[in-house]
Amino acid sequence: MKTLNCPLNGPRNITEFAYGGEVEKMPAPDAGAHDWAAYVFIEKNTRGVVREWWMHLPTSYWFIADRNTESNEVIATYPADEIFIEKTGFTGDG
Amino acid sequence: MPFGLLKYGLNRRYPKDPLYGKPKSLKPSYDVVIIGAGGHGLAAAYYLAKDYGITDIAVLDKGYLAGGNTARNTAIIRSNYLTPEGVQFYDESVRLYQGLSKDLDFNILYSERGHLTLAHTDAAIRTARWRAEVNKHLGVNSELILPDRIAELCPELSLAEDVRYPILGALYHAPGAIARHDAVAWTYARAAAALGVEIHTETEVTGIQIENGRAVGVETKAGTISCGRVLQAVAGMSSVVAKMAGLELPIRSIPLQACVTEPVKPFLDPIIVSGSLHVYVSQSDRGELVMGGSVDPYPLYSTRSTLEFKEELMMHMLELFPFIGNLRVLRQWAGIADMTPDFSPVMGATPVKNYYIDSGWGTWGFKATPVCGKRMAESVATGIVPDVLLPFALERFFRFEQVGERGAASVGH
Ligand SMILES: Cc1cc2nc3c(=O)[nH]c(=O)nc-3n(C[C@H](O)[C@H](O)[C@H](O)COP(=O)(O)OP(=O)(O)OC[C@H]3O[C@@H](n4cnc5c(N)ncnc54)[C@H](O)[C@@H]3O)c2cc1C
Repeated sequence: MKTLNCPLNGPRNITEFAYGGEVEKMPAPDAGAHDWAAYVFIEKNTRGVVREWWMHLPTSYWFIADRNTESNEVIATYPADEIFIEKTGFTGDG
Repeated sequence: MPFGLLKYGLNRRYPKDPLYGKPKSLKPSYDVVIIGAGGHGLAAAYYLAKDYGITDIAVLDKGYLAGGNTARNTAIIRSNYLTPEGVQFYDESVRLYQGLSKDLDFNILYSERGHLTLAHTDAAIRTARWRAEVNKHLGVNSELILPDRIAELCPELSLAEDVRYPILGALYHAPGAIARHDAVAWTYARAAAALGVEIHTETEVTGIQIENGRAVGVETKAGTISCGRVLQAVAGMSSVVAKMAGLELPIRSIPLQACVTEPVKPFLDPIIVSGSLHVYVSQSDRGELVMGGSVDPYPLYSTRSTLEFKEELMMHMLELFPFIGNLRVLRQWAGIADMTPDFSPVMGATPVKNYYIDSGWGTWGFKATPVCGKRMAESVATGIVPDVLLPFALERFFRFEQVGERGAASVGH
């Protein structure tokens, strides 16, 4: 069975994880419907090394993995705060 | 036969390919270039030639003829979908399939078995009833049946109530069928070639030439060719090829696995599917049980097989047919499915002029082969995308008008 190295829980069977999509830059809250639709629905679907979201299901822990989508080799896994250093602020009257 | 094998195995001069011949080399230019010699690309070539008299066509494939998902699918054909857009579209395909062997004079072993979608929960019963009503409204033979009738149609199926997921009912679709999937591609290849279409295998497309927002040529490993129009029909490679034309799609490429057992005497007539358990099975004409499940849990451009797939599949399969526990699995394989978020295809024109797309066929595109060929040919030949394809346009995602097709294979209810 293939394993993923969870930054919180160590190596676990890949069946314990959920795939969460490629890491993409979120549009600004007021970017408009077209940009938001593209962000939500359109996929890079990269063939090669990709930075993507994964979640360890039993602990609900989200993290980042760099994976090669041709060979299925996982190159690195690390906590999301290594790349998300700025806090996303949603301001406005909501 | 063994002598023929020996003779040609040791000889450099193979007999001429009886199906579609082998064109010598690429010409510098064609009216239409079709990328992908799977069922869809070949069918489009045939209908372009037959219905519109466009015969200056090259169909290019990076591998051998129809070695992609056309060679890997489990060949289920049906039209009992959920959305009216889907039902009408697939119904047209089923009707084309029913006449295909005769129309093209090539036996595709079309075999009408009846198709049962089992329901194990109240929610699944509700969806089955919903689908049956939509189907009937559009003239498709489809009904909700209860266990007594299921037992008549498929006495081998375990209807035990003391199991984890007892069967409460089923959506019954009498026209559900299977066919010889390779033969579908071969018949279109042969008929297209007879009308003058060139089929070039082992000719990978590596780039698309675009001038002033319109496609004007295709770069291949065998050289560059110019062309009037381009149609891409490359299934799992949809995003990779579309990117060459500067397009991004709402598609994830995810492996879909299947397997067959050793052949046994015929015992299973209908095609059995469970949307809740994510498994399906039919018995081939050779006697093998052809089985599959849902797509893998994450995207991958590799057709490797996994043990998890088999474990998950057999766990449920043994509950449905306990006596198959003694059968051995003969072969296991995977294809790369081009999955969309609403389980519907992405078809028609694109923002690049003269560049047409037939993609997003995921786990459900074999049954659509004839209608896709016919309707994509119409789009490419006339420049007008027909009404039946309009709901599946790429722009639907930007208008928030997805076609949520919960009648698709491997979709939970
Ligand atoms: C295991 C499995 C089971 C399935 N079961 C069913 C089922 O029961 N019923 C159903 O309706 N559907 C089913 N499907 C889905 C169905 O197989 C596909 O949707 C359908 O075959 C797609 O046909 P196609 O001609 O578009 O693609 P393909 O047959 O995959 O053809 C695409 C071709 O494009 C070529 N290509 C790719 N990149 C390039 C390039 N750069 N240059 C040139 N050529 C290129 C490939 O070599 C390939 O031959 C299943 C799929 C799988 C994997």
